[in-house]
Formats: sequence, C-alpha cells, structure tokens
Amino acid sequence: MAGPAIELSGVEKRYGAHAALAGVSLTFEPGVFTALVGGSGSGKTTLLKTINRLVTPDAGEVRVMGQNVMALMPHSLRRKIGYVFQEVGLFPHLTVAENIAITPKLLGWDKKRIDGRVANLLGLVDLPLEVAGRTPDALSGGQRQRVGVARALAAEPKLMLMDEPFGALDPLTRDALGTDYRSLHERLGLTTVMVTHDMAEAVLLADRIVVLRDGAVVADGTPADLLAGAQDEGVRALLEAPRRQAERLRAKFAAAPEASA
Amino acid sequence: MSPKLSAAFALLPEYLGWHVLLSFSALVLGVAISLPLAIAASRSARLRWPVLAGASLIQTIPSLALLALFYPLLLALSSLAKATLGHGFSALGFLPSLLALTLYSMLPILRNGAAAILGVDPAIKEAADGVGMTSAQRLWQVELPLAAPVIMAGVRTAAVWTIGAATLSTPVGQTSLGNYIFAGLQTENWVYVLFGCAASAVLALAADQLLGLIEVGTRKRSPRLVLIGVGVLLAGVALAVAPLAAGLDRTQAYTVGAKNFSEQYIMAELMAGRLEKAGAQVSRKEDLGSAVAYRALAAGELDAYVDYSGTLWTNALNRKDNPGRAEVLKQLTAELEKRDGVTVLGSLGFENAYALTMRPDRAAALHIASIADLAREAPKLTLGSDLEFLSRPEWKAVQGAYDLKFKTQRSYQPTFMYRALMGGEADVISAFSSDGRIAADKLVILTDPKGAIPPYDAVVLISPKRAHDKRLIGALQPLIGKISVAQMQAANLSVDRDQAKASPAEAARALDAQLGR
Repeated sequence: MAGPAIELSGVEKRYGAHAALAGVSLTFEPGVFTALVGGSGSGKTTLLKTINRLVTPDAGEVRVMGQNVMALMPHSLRRKIGYVFQEVGLFPHLTVAENIAITPKLLGWDKKRIDGRVANLLGLVDLPLEVAGRTPDALSGGQRQRVGVARALAAEPKLMLMDEPFGALDPLTRDALGTDYRSLHERLGLTTVMVTHDMAEAVLLADRIVVLRDGAVVADGTPADLLAGAQDEGVRALLEAPRRQAERLRAKFAAAPEASA
Repeated sequence: MSPKLSAAFALLPEYLGWHVLLSFSALVLGVAISLPLAIAASRSARLRWPVLAGASLIQTIPSLALLALFYPLLLALSSLAKATLGHGFSALGFLPSLLALTLYSMLPILRNGAAAILGVDPAIKEAADGVGMTSAQRLWQVELPLAAPVIMAGVRTAAVWTIGAATLSTPVGQTSLGNYIFAGLQTENWVYVLFGCAASAVLALAADQLLGLIEVGTRKRSPRLVLIGVGVLLAGVALAVAPLAAGLDRTQAYTVGAKNFSEQYIMAELMAGRLEKAGAQVSRKEDLGSAVAYRALAAGELDAYVDYSGTLWTNALNRKDNPGRAEVLKQLTAELEKRDGVTVLGSLGFENAYALTMRPDRAAALHIASIADLAREAPKLTLGSDLEFLSRPEWKAVQGAYDLKFKTQRSYQPTFMYRALMGGEADVISAFSSDGRIAADKLVILTDPKGAIPPYDAVVLISPKRAHDKRLIGALQPLIGKISVAQMQAANLSVDRDQAKASPAEAARALDAQLGR
C-alpha cells in the first residue's frame, strides 16, 4: 500500500480545562501492530477514538488511508475500520451470528455472502459453529470478546482499533486471545492500533510501542529499542516493569523446587 | 336477574363500545405523540426538562377539570372554524374527551420512553457507533428494541389511567361507562354505580393483561407473543366497537339533552319517548352542566332539552331584574330567538324554582318563615346547596337582597343535599320547588317577600337548526302546558325515594300515561 495507513498531525483535544491530547503527531504504517501505552488519563483512548471519529479533535488533522476523516460521513468511515473495546458491547437482542453480520448488513451485502462470512469468522476466532444461534448472554467472557473481534473483522477492514480489548478477561484467556489475535493480524495483513495499560502485553504482541503521558508522546519505538535506549525515568520504569516481574517470577520458580527438595 | 341489572346490561354494548373507542383512540394518539417526544427528549437534555415537566403539569390537573377545560376551548375553535372555513365541528362529546385523555395518557409513556432510551448501556451505544450505524439506524436497530419493554410498561400504565379517566367524559357529553356511574349516583341507583365501576375495572384489567403480554413478548424478544397480544387486543377493540357501527346511520337522529338531576333525566326520557313514538331515532346526552347544555343547544349539538326560565334569564341573558313570571317568559322567548336563534317552545306548565327550604321542626324552633327571618339567624346556621347554586347569579341576588351571611356553606350532589338537611348537617338547603321530597318530607319553603328569586318555568328549548323541524316540534308541542307541579313532584319522588325506586325512563312512561295527547 502506498503511504501510511493513519496519519495524525498536531491533534489536540480538550475536556474543559484538561488537555486530553496536547498536539500529537504520529504515523502508522500498514501492517504494523502498534501498542499505545500510558497511565490512566494519559490520553491513549482519546487518541485511538480520533481515528474513527468517536472523538472529534479540537485542532489538528487525522488522515486514514490518505483521506481526512472530517471529509467522510462518520458511519461510512467506521464501516471500514474494525473497532474492539473492553466492554465488547455485543447487542443483547441479537444472536451471535446477527452481531457478527451487523456491519456487512449495513453495507448491504447479500445474505449468502454474509452467511459465508459469519461461518468463516467463527472459525477464524476459534469459536464452534453452534454458538451462532445463541444470544450473547449465553457466552463466557472470553467467547464474547472473540465474537467482538469477529464482528470488528466482519466487513474485511484493513484497519483494527482496539481499546484494552482483553482487559476484563482472566489471565489465561487473555493470553490465548492475545496470541490468537496476533496471528490473525499476520494472516490478514492488518494494521492494528491497540490501547493497553499492560506493558507485558504490549511488549509481547506489538511491533511498536508508543508511550503517552498527559496527552503527549514521550516514547516511540520497537519494544527492543525502547528497552535498550535510555529515556526519562518514568518511561524506563514503565518498560522495566514486565522484565522485573519476569525476573522475580523466575526467582520464585527457581526457589520452589529447592525448598521442597 | 334483577330488572335493574338487566337494564344495565342492555345499555352495555353502547356504553362499552364508546368507552373502548374513546380509550383506544386516546391511547393510540398518546403513543403517537409521546414516543417521538420521548426520543427527542432522550436526544436533547435541553428539551428533556420542559417536555417532562409539561407532561407532569398536565397530570396534576384533575382529569374532570381537564375534560371541562377542553369544551370552551373547542367551542371557540369551532366558531373560529365556522367563521373562516364555513364549517364548525362538535365541541361536545368525543373530541374534548379524546384530547383530554390523550394529554392524560402522555406522562407515563414519555417518562418511561425517555428513561428507557437514555438507560441503554453506553457500551452498546458505543458499539453501535463503532460498527458504523447512523444515528437513525442506532435508534431503530438498537435503542428502541432494547427500550421496548420499558416503553410498553409505560403504555400499560397509560392504558389503565385512560380507561379509568374515560368514565369522566360523561359530563362533557360523551357516552362512556361513566354514564352508569353519574346517572346511578344521581338517582341513587347503586346497582348502576357498581356496574359502571366493575365494567370499567374489568376493561382496565383486560387491557393491562394484554399489554402485559406484549411487554413480556418484547422482553423475551418473542415476536410471536407480541403478535398474539396485538392481535387479541385489536380483535377485542373491534368486537367492542362493532355495536356502534349499527348506530352510525343516524343522520336523521335527534339528540335530546339533560342536565345532571332526576327531573332532567325524566324530561329527556319523556321527550325521547314522544319522538320515538313519532318514528324518530333519538340519542341522549345526559349529565351536562347548565351552561354546557345551553351552549351545546345553541351550537346545534343538542336538538332539544328542558331548561328553566330563571336560569336562562340570569345566566344566559345576565339579567338581574325580576319583571314577573309572564314577562320573564315573554322577553326570554324573544331574546333567545333574536340572539341565538334558539326557539323557546313554551312552558311545560310547572316551575322548578330555587327554594330555600328548612326542616319544619328547625324552622318552627327558630321562628323562620321567610328569607327575611332567615337573614336574622343565618350567622348561626349552615347552608347546604347543590354544586352550582353558590356560583350562580340567583344566589348573589338573594344574598344581596337579604344580606344573608351563613356560618358555613357546603355543596352537595342534589340527592345528598336532602340527606344533609334531614341528618342535620345543613340547616337550610337550596331545594327545587318541583322536587318530590319537599312534600314527602313536609319541608318548609321560605317565602321570598322581596322577589329576589326569579321565576323558573320549565321550558322546552329547540336548537336553531331544528327550528322548523315539523316532526320534532310536532312531537314536543303537545307537552306544552300539560305538566302540573304536583305531577312533576310525584314523578321526581318515584325516582328519588329510597324504596321501590323507578328508573327515569319508567317515571317518564308513568308521567306520559297521565298526560294524554
């Protein structure tokens, strides 16, 4: 693809006196999996939502596939972008299949194509076909989020926006879903931007990590670069956290058999 | 079955049909107005407050008052329409009832609707936006389906309210199950009152259950249940309304009016009986207020009713003088003809005057024989009156002429006013001189030495559009001058007494038998 998938230049957003985004400029290349990390209130979710116009910036410009998002109708923009968020937001009055089919239906696909697509997607997100006729309340949390991912992918978007998609899941499910999604990202050649506060998840899944603080970018690079390079204290502490955790875990696991011997 | 009960059942198809038609139309109109308003209110916080406050305000107006308010409003609109478009419309009956009940049904639908749409989980709304729905698609595909059970619960509440309040449309001239209640209360026919209450309660219960079925259907997302509920509801409405279709072909029918007391019911039945004997179809509008009845006749919504010369003299013509019985009648006939085109066919032969009346023992103990005597003792006494006497010019005239000041004044339904006098709750009442209870209870009518109370000849009034209707006039003319006050008192008593009560229709037939042609 020619040119970047997403370009943000000088994007600002204020909520009253608080600046959620203080002039952010970023470029997202096609095929790259980017993690947006930062503490609560750092502006990462606001940044993500400017891309599909769930948030309209006060200043600056957002371009998706080369087009200024303000030049498009919000709904037609969003039909081209997959969106997954922590609460999932499955429609409780629709079945799993109807939930997945929603964007293709809005786009006016014919029924045969939709049915084929739904079956295909259920396989892709590793759900058995028989959940298709169930309503969301009959699913587990992990299954629900898999449906959420399938719904986002339904209209074959090239771009996926994910807002703490696995944040509410138990660690095992979360790990499995993260890994599964990463392989989908590869297979489908997606461009993914994922908001997370979990640095380990970011390091494990992403090609690139962007760290935000108070609405500004404070670090940007591959996980390896960021871990190696010397940045400011806060960023390093954030990046070091998963490593320290891993070392402590290893120490504990190493100590355990000795104690029992 | 008792004769009263079977008489009540005989009236059921007409009363129930109108009641269902009225409630259903009001509810459909209420939903049609409230739902878009609820959606708008859920979209705009600025609109939400005034809309919900407005609906709450309407709810605080007593329903009877709301119904009453629509009558003059529509009357004014109707004359405006007549002046500009050449076509008026009926300000009495269905229209004011429909509008008032529609307004009344709005609050629960609005409140539940706005709350339900606002209450949809924000995550689901975000998802709807995220998958690329337009605002309208989000409303129709997500918000309304999810809000439907709560909205239906509001419709259910509205239905129960509307069916209950529809009984109050009787006084503005709309037939409903309220006819049982109002007529029963007036003539102390408790079978009627209970029958009316029970019928309206059963109807409300049935509607509530059917709408409940639809609500459960929306909650369980079962289109089958919703369809069954809607189907049975529509079938029920159609079945109840069907008997009215038989009465639709009534272009030649006459409408006879009556105010809200026994003598009026009897007179309406008497006139209706004469017209039916002449082969005409007759519908009755009963329990009308004094002013409502006259204006309805002048507007052509009633064809005939009986009023009293003094009432029209003071209330319609705003006269305060009293030139004597014959002169009042003569001037009244000329004035009403000239001003409103209303024909005063003539006096029936008896007077039904306002008469300040006391129990004989009380009157004797206090040495009261005239209103002048009464003025002396009034500050220690309680006056009982009917519901409108105290606001009528006649009362102001009497009060002014004798400088009457009572310790307390209380208003009653006419029947209860006599009870209050007999029970000692009231010392003096504003009785009616043709009332049978005066003679039966040997009550004392206080004399009026200053002639402050005008004469009250019972007169038959004919609407302008029937002024030259030979059949109507031919049927009613023979009644003029035929009824003595003793005959009227006896007829009234037969309806008002506690034992062996007659219905107004029976009393009218008995009276008619005495009159000859």
